[in-house]
Amino acid sequence: MTRRVFALLLCLTFVCLPLLAACGEAAESGRTVTLYVYNWGEYISDGYEDTRDVNAEFEEYCRTVLGKNVKVNYSTFSSNEDMYAKVSSGAALYDVIIPSDYMIERMIAEGRLRPLNMANIPNYAYIRDDLKGENVYYEPGEGQTYSVPYFYGQIGILYNTERVSEDAETFGTWALMWDEDYKGEILQINNSRDAFGSAFYMLGYGDYINTTGPEYNQYWQEALDKLKEQKKLVQGYVMDEVFYKMKSGSASIAAYYAGDFLSMYEENDALAFYYPREGTNRYVDAMCVPSNAKNPELAELYINFMCRPDVALANAAYTYYASPLDFDAIEAEGNEDYVAALDEYRETMAEVHEDAIEILYGDVASSVPTWPYMNLSPEGLAMLNDLWEELKVESDVSVGIIVLASVILAACAGLAIFYAVRARRRKKWRDGLWVTQKDTAKQ
Amino acid sequence: MKKTSVVRGAVASPYVVWTTLFIVAPLLFVVYFAFTDANGAFTFDNIKALSTYGQNFLMSIGFSLIATAVCFVIGYPLAFCIARAPHRARAFLTVLIMLPMWTSLLVRTYALMALLDNGGIVNNALSAMGFLGDRHLNIIGSEGAVILGMIYDFLPYMVLPIYTSMIKLDNRYIEAAADLGCNGPATMFRVILPLTKPGIVSGLTMVFVPSISTFYISQKLGGGSFDLIGDTIERQFQNAVTYNTGAAISLVMMVLILISLGVMNRFTDEKEVVVR
Amino acid sequence: MKVLSRIYMTVVFLLLYAPILVVVIFSFNETESLSEFSRFSFYWYGVLFEDGEALTALRNSLILAVVSSLLATVLGITAAFAIDRCKRKWWARTMQSASNIPMMNPDIVTGVSMMLLFVGIAAILRTQPFLGVWTMIAAHTTFNLPYVILSVLPKFREMDKSLTEAALDLGCTPARTFFKVELPYIMPGAVSGLMMSFALSLDDFVISHFVSSPDFRTLPLYIYNQTVHDVKFSMYALCTLIVFVILGVLIAVNVVGSVRERRTMKKGGRAS
Repeated sequence: MTRRVFALLLCLTFVCLPLLAACGEAAESGRTVTLYVYNWGEYISDGYEDTRDVNAEFEEYCRTVLGKNVKVNYSTFSSNEDMYAKVSSGAALYDVIIPSDYMIERMIAEGRLRPLNMANIPNYAYIRDDLKGENVYYEPGEGQTYSVPYFYGQIGILYNTERVSEDAETFGTWALMWDEDYKGEILQINNSRDAFGSAFYMLGYGDYINTTGPEYNQYWQEALDKLKEQKKLVQGYVMDEVFYKMKSGSASIAAYYAGDFLSMYEENDALAFYYPREGTNRYVDAMCVPSNAKNPELAELYINFMCRPDVALANAAYTYYASPLDFDAIEAEGNEDYVAALDEYRETMAEVHEDAIEILYGDVASSVPTWPYMNLSPEGLAMLNDLWEELKVESDVSVGIIVLASVILAACAGLAIFYAVRARRRKKWRDGLWVTQKDTAKQ
Repeated sequence: MKKTSVVRGAVASPYVVWTTLFIVAPLLFVVYFAFTDANGAFTFDNIKALSTYGQNFLMSIGFSLIATAVCFVIGYPLAFCIARAPHRARAFLTVLIMLPMWTSLLVRTYALMALLDNGGIVNNALSAMGFLGDRHLNIIGSEGAVILGMIYDFLPYMVLPIYTSMIKLDNRYIEAAADLGCNGPATMFRVILPLTKPGIVSGLTMVFVPSISTFYISQKLGGGSFDLIGDTIERQFQNAVTYNTGAAISLVMMVLILISLGVMNRFTDEKEVVVR
Repeated sequence: MKVLSRIYMTVVFLLLYAPILVVVIFSFNETESLSEFSRFSFYWYGVLFEDGEALTALRNSLILAVVSSLLATVLGITAAFAIDRCKRKWWARTMQSASNIPMMNPDIVTGVSMMLLFVGIAAILRTQPFLGVWTMIAAHTTFNLPYVILSVLPKFREMDKSLTEAALDLGCTPARTFFKVELPYIMPGAVSGLMMSFALSLDDFVISHFVSSPDFRTLPLYIYNQTVHDVKFSMYALCTLIVFVILGVLIAVNVVGSVRERRTMKKGGRAS
């Protein structure tokens, strides 16, 4: 009876294993192809709360129009550096990734991106001219295109109007993030470029954010000191956690992207936003195909689909980021679906916030100087990494904890010594008894 | 008989292969990565670089000591109360203690966050009662929050081994002590505490080891202000492109823990009663 | 004294369960807020069930737990058998200590070391690292192994060797002896080891964090991913479900245990 049970167990194991393999590789069975997409968090219309599920629509599109069975495996990262670590280690293979400008520059230089076959991406025509061709500062050009813009924007400062008054001295500048009045309510960005960027802009070193080398080290060191100062005032280093913290009022000040401000404003209208006077960072996030992608043509198909005006506008209406589409061209073309999508988009933006369009595209956006990040040299990257690590490692532990821990350690040591001494004394006493007994026995 | 030993060898071989491949080899790789640099050349640089993390090590050990001590102070009496409870209540109480233990650490820490966050229950309750005005009680991001998180997450792991050890206690020891004239506290310190020592050591281990190496608790409840050694290792392995520094840190932590476990275990090996 | 003990237990348990209760209660809250409870509704549970990723993660977790616990049990039984029968004591002790290493090491070190193993092997073979289903199975089986051995070995040790000898004398082959005599005896230990491995594998987060890849996510990894980004009340719903399932399992185990106890007591009573 038990032999059969054992045999059954063994069989179960050996049946499960291939089953598992089948599950894992059903994608590669030839019938269904899996497309691995790696994007920022909260950066796509995913069907949450009755919005369009763009990935599902792509799968549908592939099935109906192209007759291919495609599954989109969508994962997210919090920062360019995280994404870079995952992609460069080769631990996971992705087909489409959506990094920021300076990271794209770096990955092109390292040969990690595939040049795109623009013939497969006709919807590229809908992208605005000022984000194409010569204006693409993060690509080497030379007749090859590696990326297609997805969203762009600028970083600004969000604040809670119920806690932060406009009369505050530091209002309107980066210094608000260093204001001691708001200790424990400030959120700083959790990636090295943006965090150091904020310090550079505050110190007025905007022109130097992409310079490295011995003659510029002083700027980086000064920025690091400023960041260390700030660390005591900060509630945490966050990326997407900022949504909840600002919405719920846990924190009052955060530096983040304009589009996310609008998302948060939707749920908490006590929030407001400004671009700091000293200037800020502008960026472009673009879709690329890694050079070790398994399905490059399918990837280009996906990118093309994402540029289709109605899809791109659905994404824009969900994330509230600035869309790289050429609205004028769409209206001029007159395609009904696309124009309808554009009108719907404009309506949505007007409903979210009265100045939404201005913040994203208009005068408000261009009212302050902006600098994009460029890739740093390998030595510069190593230096930045060391400085960031130094900032992260810096911890301020209160004296109370140190005292408490030392007391406990002393108590443990004391106990240990006490037990050891007692054990030895007892052993001696026992040995003494033993000897006495032996003596008496002899006698 | 040679035949049985051959059979035995054959039976043992899958296990031996598995252990060598998946238990011994990984540790060797850790050592290898710890002592080489990015190009594979032998170097002590990684170990030397650890001096920058000295403060983090001490901080982690400190937090861990405090959390373990508090867990013990809270957990031992609790185990005692449960062990003394009537038989039927004991089963119910055991389930009550085991439920948090089997609920994932993520779930429990996340739940604690809901309680302690600035927008969470504690703050909402306090401000509704008017204690705070328009400020917040910033709990998240303080050392207290991290240590509280550790205590909260690991308390069941302290209670259960002590409880198991307590119910195995022969009641006659306690009766004998009473007969010989011990009062309550004396019985506790002279009889019960020493007899439950294996349980205590087990409980201490089960709290100390995870709390010194945690990273989720400090990330969620510390807000990134405290870089515990677990955080450092996790960051090194998720973000850095070379794993050498991370491997060095892991190696040192592993050695530290082995040493402290060894020291703790010397106290259970003490043979109080030697009959010759 | 009794009153004091009752008060103490109540206070500690209340504090222990307060966060969980908060999560359970607010998972039924219609608005995504912890400051006001607007209406009782199952909204977030609906959101959770529509999330394909969550269901995939659950399925992955279950498959992984089943496979790794079975594999660990089989390996563990063979290991315990070999350790128990080994003539050379030092070898037996080495084998047992070796398997205890994952249990003694903090999870993060086990996870990191396994990741380095796979990265190192890939480097030696000059291929890309290949984290995924198979590495997860290997890792989970490895950390389940010591618990199985710890459950099964005592059973082997306390077994009466004369039973085995008797079976051999009566003409059984060693293999038949194992299946007919020894296996039934150690079965309770094996089953408890199996259950323990299953539970540990379902619950594991830290080790999986290091050896997994995006195409095979288990439930804890899914929860981690969700909680890292934003606070979603659908996660509260998931947490509530997990708590209730575990509560159900614990109660069931206890009920089965006490029913069996009562049955044996009754039998014993009748026999006497």
